[in-house]
Amino acid sequence: MQAEYDVVVIGAGPAGLAAAIEAKKNGVERVLLVDRDRELGGILQQCIHNGFGLHLFKEELTGPEYAEKFIDELNDLKIEYKLDTMVIDLTKEKVITMINPKDGLITVKAKAIVLAMGCRERTRGALNIPGTRPSGLFTAGTAQRFVNMEGYMVGKRVVILGSGDIGLIMARRMTLEGAKVLAVVELLPYSSGLTRNIVQCLDDYDIPLYLNHTIAQIQGKHRLEGVYITKVDDDRRPVEGAEFYVECDTLLLSVGLIPENELSKVAGIKLDITTNGPIVNESMETSAEGIFACGNVVHVHDLADYVTIEARRAGRSAAKYVKEMLNYNGKNIIVKAGRGIRYVVPHFINVDNLEDSLELYTRVDNVYKQTNLIVTLDDEILVRINKKRLVPGEIEHIKLNAGKLKGKEASRIMVEVRKEGA
Amino acid sequence: MYDIVVIGAGIIGCSIARVLSKYQLKIVLIEKEPDVADCTTKANSAIIHAGYDAKPGTLKAKLNVLGNMAFDELCADLDVQFKRIGSLVVAFNDDEIQTLNKLREQGEKNGVSDLKIFNQDEVRRVEPNISNDVKAALYAPTCGIVGPWELAVAMAENAADNGVEILLNTKIEDMIKASDGYLLLTNTRKIHTKYVINCAGLHADEINNMVAAPSFHIMPRRGEYNIMDKYVGGLVNTVIFQCPSNLGKGVLVSPTVHGNLLIGPNSEDINEKDNFETTKEGLKCILETASRSIKWMPAGSVITAFTGLRARCERDDFIIEEAPDAAGFINVAGIESPGLTAAPAIAVYVENLLGEMRVKMIKKHEYLQTRRHVVRFNELSNNQKQMIIRQDSRYGKVICRCETITEGEIVDAIHRNVGARTLDGVKRRVRPGSGRCQGGFCSPRVMEIIARELGIDITKVVKDHPESYILTKQTKDTDMCGYENSKFMTKEYVTSASGI
Repeated sequence: MQAEYDVVVIGAGPAGLAAAIEAKKNGVERVLLVDRDRELGGILQQCIHNGFGLHLFKEELTGPEYAEKFIDELNDLKIEYKLDTMVIDLTKEKVITMINPKDGLITVKAKAIVLAMGCRERTRGALNIPGTRPSGLFTAGTAQRFVNMEGYMVGKRVVILGSGDIGLIMARRMTLEGAKVLAVVELLPYSSGLTRNIVQCLDDYDIPLYLNHTIAQIQGKHRLEGVYITKVDDDRRPVEGAEFYVECDTLLLSVGLIPENELSKVAGIKLDITTNGPIVNESMETSAEGIFACGNVVHVHDLADYVTIEARRAGRSAAKYVKEMLNYNGKNIIVKAGRGIRYVVPHFINVDNLEDSLELYTRVDNVYKQTNLIVTLDDEILVRINKKRLVPGEIEHIKLNAGKLKGKEASRIMVEVRKEGA
Repeated sequence: MYDIVVIGAGIIGCSIARVLSKYQLKIVLIEKEPDVADCTTKANSAIIHAGYDAKPGTLKAKLNVLGNMAFDELCADLDVQFKRIGSLVVAFNDDEIQTLNKLREQGEKNGVSDLKIFNQDEVRRVEPNISNDVKAALYAPTCGIVGPWELAVAMAENAADNGVEILLNTKIEDMIKASDGYLLLTNTRKIHTKYVINCAGLHADEINNMVAAPSFHIMPRRGEYNIMDKYVGGLVNTVIFQCPSNLGKGVLVSPTVHGNLLIGPNSEDINEKDNFETTKEGLKCILETASRSIKWMPAGSVITAFTGLRARCERDDFIIEEAPDAAGFINVAGIESPGLTAAPAIAVYVENLLGEMRVKMIKKHEYLQTRRHVVRFNELSNNQKQMIIRQDSRYGKVICRCETITEGEIVDAIHRNVGARTLDGVKRRVRPGSGRCQGGFCSPRVMEIIARELGIDITKVVKDHPESYILTKQTKDTDMCGYENSKFMTKEYVTSASGI
């Protein structure tokens, strides 16, 4: 017989944990959390560095400590969860097929679903870096798992391609474990990681950061022996003669994260080609009614705290949906990415479903200095935020009072970057 | 003393060993690499060619057509995936249309059935995404796709099931003619045998020269490829070739038997037999050339790149003969394309050759023609999935999430005859790590399973070659690094991790 649940949450990382807890707290009884890994907490469990929880709990926690807070709450609320469980099918009708060693293959019917599958790392293949195919090439997250969770080192002389946060964190981590990090190589003229990580993970350890550089070739017959690093021009093309060889046994790749939406695609959920995540509304509901999404499966976040905030909204919305408290009156305001903006989440807003505030998450498309971040409702400026510096690596988090939007017949919210005074 | 030594466990050596395993012969298959199918067999176009390319009258032509016909039964016997999807050779102009006509004529002479020239509309009906510049195409319905390394592994396994001994990591250092056969000196032991079959691929000339006068040279010809995500695997339905040139069959676009999209190869003569580097120029070339065949090229969907080396020789045909100056020493050399297609027929050809050489060949009573069934979890129905997990709960544990590969399948791949010993060995047999994350999530789990099943330390699990180590040593405080919760977060650990 098919089991029935009010809310099923897929993925038990920071997003899934918070969504499941929030759904339960908002009055739905039968909540199920499933995860394909063998422990709760997702990638948090391998992030043993601190810095988690500064926004949410006003304290510095490690990843596992941050996860523990939610795991404890999950257990206190007696929320059912299944580990080692892989969802292999998902329908718009909210029927989920999953397998695990204990239950075998089971199908469950949910009134609402929250997608919280997170993201995966881009690989060498995606960059098509030429050369040989030796061992010693790892995505930064895989290396992080080996070092922090499995307890094994992956190499001695390390080059890191990409200055995303995991790459920066791993530069420090490898150094602390006795490896020599020879270079962090970044294609762009700026790092895609948090400023605080550049300072705390590279500068503090005198690890050189090569901006406007990339890896031109990988060498090594069996284990990695070295890489050719080259300078690139403004069009990101290699500059001739600006190539140098670095002898190393390990190359870590921190070249971007991709939301894992294989299941969303199976269910026919519409995706945004910029974020690679589902198109969502103010309630974090996807194009499939009653299926919500949150965290890195929607867009790649910079801080876990914001994942939690977003996931709580998704969890609350799922509970409201089960209790038939969400409005479907079709009064949607479209959210647009204007000049200088790469994307904004959510993608559209039904004002009647807003809680007391609307939170917009946005990333800029380049580095901007001494500028303004502006939100307009049709032609009316809602907010103007002065910014000394805007960088693509950091998400801008804009909170609007819902009162400013309610009762207005507007059709479009636009976020854009404008020079001061413009 | 062995009756027969087969040198080289690529597709040819494995195919020959399997065919000969039905006789009461003491056979050993020797491979210098750590696994079977570990050189040219693991890096090629994976196409079972129809047989219109080769010059009529050549061994290539004859064995291509015969080999192609053998594939349905062979792959059914060995439980290997094979799809006869047909091929198109596309023409962009009138000259090339002339080439198509010649190819058809040649194919018919070679005995290829059902060749047709398609006009533009007919091409489009078969391939909606074909380039608008394509004017016509030669359609060959008998062309197919297969996993070459899976086939070679299956042949080796079946050969081993039938008593063939397989020695990996064993390199022939020298060979001495003896009164009753040959003495092979390897890095591990001496091997005494009556007959030698040289299937050493890129190194076949070196092996020949140990006991016979040099009569051919193997000249490596590099080909580079890209594999793309399964999302775009359905972009084409058939194998799409461009018109052949003197450098080979040209760049193709094809679905793989696993549902990915494959493009390549280019063609470049190089000097080193161990140069498997992809190059910036090569990858650019295949992408640009392949783009001519189809309306749009999903360049952003590349998941990996690889290089293969063709074992070309100057004779312009397969060499399958007893060396004139070395009795009992058979060369099976210069097996470039269509070597994979011809492999089953080459084995039968060698079988007959041994018969002509009066080798005593008596059939075994207990010969197994088929291989134990392989579970492909992802392809089972829900009921079958349920059943198999009930029988063995390890099939309920998905290790590779991109390809939905279970622990049960990985364990089976390790414990079969000629089982996987390395990360790449597991990948070649059951595919964890072949998907879009390229092993990012599953490689720690697969390594753990290999270590557990083989009873070795995880730091001894390698990618492929013994020197391709993955982990260097344990970190400090490892006994506190449990994965079950955060209890190992001692004060000391947190402090050091945060860099204070």
